[in-house]
Amino acid sequence: MAKEYKTIGEIAGPLIFVEKTEPVGYNELVNITLADGSVKRGQVLDTSKDIVVVQVFEGTGGLNKDSGVRFTGETIKLPVSSELLGRILSGSGEPLDGGPRIVPEDRWEITGAAINPYSRKPPEEFIQTGISTIDGMNTLVRGQKLPIFSGSGLPHNEIALQIARQAKVLGAEEEFAVVFAAMGITSEEAQHFMYDFERTGALERAVVFTNLADDPAVERLITPRLALTAAEYLAYECEMHVLVILTDMTNYCEALRQMGAAREEVPGRRGYPGYMYTDLASLYERAGVIKGRKGSVTQFSILSMPGDDITHPIPDLSGYITEGQIVISRELHMKGIYPPINVLPSLSRLMNSGIGSKRTREDHKAVSDQLYAGYAEGLDLRGLVAIVGKEALSERDRKFLEFADLFEDRFVRQGMEEDRDIETTLDLGWELLATLSEAQLTRIDNKYIEKYHPAHRNKSKASTE
Amino acid sequence: MEIKGEIYRISGPVVTALNINARMYDVVKVGNEGLMGEVIGIKGEKTIIQVYEDTSGVKPGEPVIDTGMPLSVELGPGLLESIYDGIQRPLPVLKEKMGDFIQRGVSASGLDHNKQWEFKPVVKKGDKLEGGKIIGTVQETGNILHRILLPPNVSGVVDEINEGTFTVDDVIGRLSDGTELKLMHYWPVRHPRPVKNKLRPTIPLITGQRIFDGLFPLAKGGTAAIPGPFGSGKTVMQQQLAKWSDAEIVVYIGCGERGNEMADVLNEFPELEDPKSGRPLMERTVLIANTSNMPVAAREASVYTGITIAEYYRDMGYDVSLMADSTSRWAEAMREISSRLEEMPGEEGYPAYLAAKLAEFYERAGRAKTLCGDEGSVTVIGAVSPPGGDFSEPVTQNTLRIVKVFWALDAKLAQRRHFPAINWLTSYSLYGRTLDEWYNENISTEWTKLRSDTMNLLQREAELQDIVQLVGSDALPDDQQLTLEIARMVREYFLQQNAYHDVDSYCPMINQYKMLKAILTWGEKAVLALESGASVTNIVALESRDMLAKVRFEKDIDAVLDTVMKKADEEFAAQTQQR
Repeated sequence: MAKEYKTIGEIAGPLIFVEKTEPVGYNELVNITLADGSVKRGQVLDTSKDIVVVQVFEGTGGLNKDSGVRFTGETIKLPVSSELLGRILSGSGEPLDGGPRIVPEDRWEITGAAINPYSRKPPEEFIQTGISTIDGMNTLVRGQKLPIFSGSGLPHNEIALQIARQAKVLGAEEEFAVVFAAMGITSEEAQHFMYDFERTGALERAVVFTNLADDPAVERLITPRLALTAAEYLAYECEMHVLVILTDMTNYCEALRQMGAAREEVPGRRGYPGYMYTDLASLYERAGVIKGRKGSVTQFSILSMPGDDITHPIPDLSGYITEGQIVISRELHMKGIYPPINVLPSLSRLMNSGIGSKRTREDHKAVSDQLYAGYAEGLDLRGLVAIVGKEALSERDRKFLEFADLFEDRFVRQGMEEDRDIETTLDLGWELLATLSEAQLTRIDNKYIEKYHPAHRNKSKASTE
Repeated sequence: MEIKGEIYRISGPVVTALNINARMYDVVKVGNEGLMGEVIGIKGEKTIIQVYEDTSGVKPGEPVIDTGMPLSVELGPGLLESIYDGIQRPLPVLKEKMGDFIQRGVSASGLDHNKQWEFKPVVKKGDKLEGGKIIGTVQETGNILHRILLPPNVSGVVDEINEGTFTVDDVIGRLSDGTELKLMHYWPVRHPRPVKNKLRPTIPLITGQRIFDGLFPLAKGGTAAIPGPFGSGKTVMQQQLAKWSDAEIVVYIGCGERGNEMADVLNEFPELEDPKSGRPLMERTVLIANTSNMPVAAREASVYTGITIAEYYRDMGYDVSLMADSTSRWAEAMREISSRLEEMPGEEGYPAYLAAKLAEFYERAGRAKTLCGDEGSVTVIGAVSPPGGDFSEPVTQNTLRIVKVFWALDAKLAQRRHFPAINWLTSYSLYGRTLDEWYNENISTEWTKLRSDTMNLLQREAELQDIVQLVGSDALPDDQQLTLEIARMVREYFLQQNAYHDVDSYCPMINQYKMLKAILTWGEKAVLALESGASVTNIVALESRDMLAKVRFEKDIDAVLDTVMKKADEEFAAQTQQR
């Protein structure tokens, strides 16, 4: 049993300062026993011969100078097991579902090691989410990390749930798992997630970590790491394809800032710590595919942009690490369109390697480019119409204006339970493009027009009949 | 020789040690696992160390060993074709030693110490040698001859030198004072390798890319910055530069970038073919990859590792081009370490010495007379990734103050499918003047004027476009409409270039001159025709104009241009006669 110290010199926010200890390892796990016998856990943030700084995960409420501090001699590890599937755990990894303790097959360090870039396999397997705006225009591939940039009051949770329900790889019956980490979300939201997981039976192949809004902020710093460790275990040991959903990264960053302030660090932009980029990278970069291994880790993280500001440090730094972003639009939401994904600022950097003739369909890129261009032009015209009125538009422009409306109404809008396969999505794209004159389809090769354009398709059908 | 101290404090990658009397920037081995670190500060009894690996579990009281050596790289045959992390550990070796994840406490030397090299001496017994002299050669890869250099800080008389097959550890000879000669030597990365003297950057780095060579030339030994907004085709551009520029050696540093993107580079580069020799491009390339989740201190070191390797090949007399992608991530690593050290922050939390460090780094570029008497150069192309696309942030601003060339990659141009998507209005090159002499001698005395005429034309177009936005192009007088058309020809027939077209991918400098001259001459003729009464519509519809558009895809452009210009003369004559 490790030695117990009763030498807390100072307590500040979530931090305790322990004096006169034997040498204590950096990042070591700490147990703190309160007067009433309850035990809190913490982690060493800074260690020296004179003083050890410990951050307490469950908060420092109830602690006093007489609380006993034990250093466990090891860093934080997650007991991992394939039996994690179907379990609901707290933000620090304790079972919340009343089930038994996890019998570990192994214990893995939660900080995770960086994948050797030389071992990585460039992601290229198309994941079908069943959502047209994602599959068609911002394609997700296995091993990618793609965040949803949202705002308060927007239905990002529904979208995340829909993706979790529908995501699959075409033509492959491979083991698939979802790891869900909630950071600082309300219990209402959490229940909504739970309800949906149970309703659809998704829980059986899911691991859920929940840190609620009233759980200690500092626990939020380990929740995503636990989740990613579980994901890596399932991916690389159990050979599953794991989709990790992290929500809400903004709460995570707030906790990071809170801890930084408590440690009296020199703040960087908007008070967030200077190491936030590296810290976020240590989470996001845990997505990937490794050469010669079967499993993969794909990340969908949700972050709500404070004040819908995409230049805020959280979305900004995230955008520099993740491979693109899905942007939720308040305007579309107000119009009653679900899922309100604005394709223009959205982007999937790995899209091109995941689409095309062998993966989705040969015309995918061209259709996507053309839809993008057409919608962008339509929106420009919408701005113009607000000034000069519809009458001033040429026939051609009017078509584009209508196209933008159609695009939002038919392509973007879909049901929460509607699972469109990629063929349906692309055909729908063609149907909309057919409302424009063929001469306007400048981004599409003629051979695809002849093969896929509804007008030509009908013609060729007619001729065969 | 080794001094043992002990750890006093650990805070993330920053470790404080007691009782070692290390010098600044010495490499130390920290803790029982011997994690690699570097001394970055000394305060009284305490030595402050940044550790290149994760420090979890390390305790106060564990030993710290001073190696007495600053952070160094191994320089010798076997550098080419390598893929390193930020501190010159070969990633394939790391994979072999510790699997797919990067664990800590593993050391791996930069060069393969078992590989045998065929060494041919070029000096003989009794030769008196200064530091940096060539003592012999090794055929390193298919077309790169590795010149074995005497370390710059060593000199003396050759006592013994042997021809034969050696590893980098074998002794290949001796100096009369007993100094052993080997195929490799160490060099501290933070020290620029010395040269005899630096030379003026008077030779352009020919890239075969018209927008660069033609309008915004980079000199050999010069410095350039590119912002890399997404979707602007940065990767293709970097590959074009690596493939086609007339630098013999390419060093690519992936500093703090995404793992998946790095994986792409590591997969694609080895497959690229060197168009000049037909051999793999990797045979003259060194890759350094330090992704954003690899230790931050190693990221900080990676650019120094890269530039030291570049300087080493320069010292052999090669022209080297170094690409650092991205220097913003490097600056962020500095910021992070600085904040761990609780230094007073400067602008946006960056350390106050940011500008100085950037300047020091870029200053290591240059064309120089090397110690062995040859001429070599290191050209540095640094990518910057300003957050939120805001160029006013400190890293971009401080970089722009140093570099002489700015290639403004522009996502908007890329969206309009104008490639390479370099914005001609915001880019600049300050080498124009210094390179003029070279152009006069090697291309044509007219070149300078052609270039400035072109720039004026494009500038004029931008002004006219502003008006067109307001009133429409029909409202412009004929001569201005014609200006717009000629400018469009420059943009579409000259500035645009197709990286995937066999011929268009590389455009020799002399062809660039001929093409630009043809376009502008055509323009002059058009203006004359307009003055003598032809209409803009007719001029624009001339066949010779369409023919000019296709010149860039032709191999034998002299013959084609000849036909085009003859055709143009006929057509313009017809236009004026019609009246």
